Amino acid sequence: MVAKNLPAAAGLLRRLLLSSRRRSYSSAAAFVAEEPSPPSPAPADGGEEGIISMKGVRISGRPLYMDMQATTPVDPRVLDAMLPYNLSRFGNPHSRTHLYGWESDEAVESARSQVAAVIGANPKEIFFTSGATESNNISVKGVMHFYRDKKRHVITTQTEHKCVLDSCRHLQQEGFDVTYLPVRPDGLVDLDQLASAIRPDTGLVSIMAVNNEIGVVQPLEDIGRICKEKGVPFHTDAAQAVGKIPIDVDRMGIGLMSLSGHKIYGPKGVGALYLRRRPRIRVEAQMSGGGQERGIRSGTVPTPLVVGFGKACEVAIKEMDYDGRRIQALQDRLLKGIKEKLDGVVVNGSVEHRYAGNLNLSFAYVEGESLLMGLKEVAVSSGSACTSASLEPSYVLRALGVDEDMAHTSIRFGIGRFTTEAEIDKAIELTVKQVEKLREMSPLYEMVKEGIDIKSIQWAQH
Amino acid sequence: MLRAAGKRLLGAGLGYRASPDAVVTAGAARGYHERVVDHYNNPRNVGSFDKNDPTVGTGLVGAPACGDVMKLQIKVDKETGKIVDACFKTFGCGSAIASSSVATEWVKGKQMEDVVSIKNTEIAKHLSLPPVKLHCSMLAEDAIKAAVRDYEAKKANVNGSKEASVGTAEKAANA
Repeated sequence: MVAKNLPAAAGLLRRLLLSSRRRSYSSAAAFVAEEPSPPSPAPADGGEEGIISMKGVRISGRPLYMDMQATTPVDPRVLDAMLPYNLSRFGNPHSRTHLYGWESDEAVESARSQVAAVIGANPKEIFFTSGATESNNISVKGVMHFYRDKKRHVITTQTEHKCVLDSCRHLQQEGFDVTYLPVRPDGLVDLDQLASAIRPDTGLVSIMAVNNEIGVVQPLEDIGRICKEKGVPFHTDAAQAVGKIPIDVDRMGIGLMSLSGHKIYGPKGVGALYLRRRPRIRVEAQMSGGGQERGIRSGTVPTPLVVGFGKACEVAIKEMDYDGRRIQALQDRLLKGIKEKLDGVVVNGSVEHRYAGNLNLSFAYVEGESLLMGLKEVAVSSGSACTSASLEPSYVLRALGVDEDMAHTSIRFGIGRFTTEAEIDKAIELTVKQVEKLREMSPLYEMVKEGIDIKSIQWAQH
Repeated sequence: MLRAAGKRLLGAGLGYRASPDAVVTAGAARGYHERVVDHYNNPRNVGSFDKNDPTVGTGLVGAPACGDVMKLQIKVDKETGKIVDACFKTFGCGSAIASSSVATEWVKGKQMEDVVSIKNTEIAKHLSLPPVKLHCSMLAEDAIKAAVRDYEAKKANVNGSKEASVGTAEKAANA
């Protein structure tokens, strides 16, 4: 009887989702057209119609979303795939004694194949984890712990994600040696420097594929070749790259890779670790338990999340080409629109070697946090979500050698599969308006207009 | 002068850098007090006076590399020593803009000797600034004092006293 009601429930859910989908994926509509109806369910809806009040900020309607590096919405096709595994097919994939377990196990294995396909790997080389942070931890700490007797040295870059840097710090405390390679002003790693940094006791090279803050794409193939020549495993954090740019673990000589579900329109809380079988790379597990995922990552595999992740990868393969061209066009539109109306706009990081969905801009003479405060109707961030709480300028931009005053002025615009042209246009309009307002208020802009060189002034450093 | 202000701020700056926990807490409570939002959205007295006008005092404090630069100007009635007008321009976060906006409101119509006693803690309390933003209010306090000092130096200079000219020259170079 319960089973009989389930399809009806699913149908209802789908209808509900469809009705809210239109709104959430083209949030610009909330500004472009004056819709009388209140916005889709927001926990902080105020008393007045359409006014959202949260954390002291009041805005009319939900902001348009341009923070795709922080996370992406779940693709409706992904959600459709996930729903049955929450309702009727809820079995534990590790249950060996009944149908519930068998069907869940089958779903997990098919998801494993889908994930493997997006990076050109064998399904047996994919291990599900809670996300890229966990995969990075297993990769960095796991490899070094496993080979600790012979290998005492790790190479990474100064612009890695915090979880790689923090894992490296942890290793340093245990007595390992870590080299943090500097990057060139365009954000790319210097290959000669990498080659000369490799030592006989180097156990791992960890360099991210696409930078989360500035979107630059590292020369993975060249790095992989250098590592192969020197016989060092190459780990890459590809959370921002998988499903967006073509990745092939064999062609790029990748030994370990971290993947994330929620950066590619999949669910949050799931990711994967790619671990090469030939030549075999071994890691020490970071989690003790029932030995699931062949002992690499104990803990029940979350079937619905994994199914969603797999579906997201399948969709990504299908859409990569189309999305890529569309996002590139939207990026061009955004950059052109802003540069047409404002001077003193600088793109941080390489423009050629860049994932188009990430546009990190610095606006001279305007401070980033105040710009963000004025851009409440556009959900953007000044860098990574992890570090947006601190007042320090981004460590990634500092590693690029961006002037400190310019590093304080950066905004990251994230463009994704569901971003519309109307949203881009609205973002341009709001950004230009806000930057102009703040420049009108900026003593630095005034000085520059008067012909005073700001750099020649002796500022009190504090 | 700017250096002295910077050194004092260093103490406050190190305060939040020393404890990563504090930074996380500040992030969680990202919301601004409504007075900060109000001053940010409708800043009072934005603008500039002619800095060469003898009745105008200019205070410029902070540094671009630190993410805050505040310029506060006062216009003083020569006879009475009363601040008849004030304006500001600020490069900085919302709290810095709000602090300077509040500062201009508070100094207007006051006697010069009264405004130098305005404390950063009063501004911080008025705007409910979180600990990591206290330096914004300190900068506002410094800006008021710097503006008053600049005016007095100019006045002394006009009156023929050469001693103050060093301070004015330094100010002119900075502004």
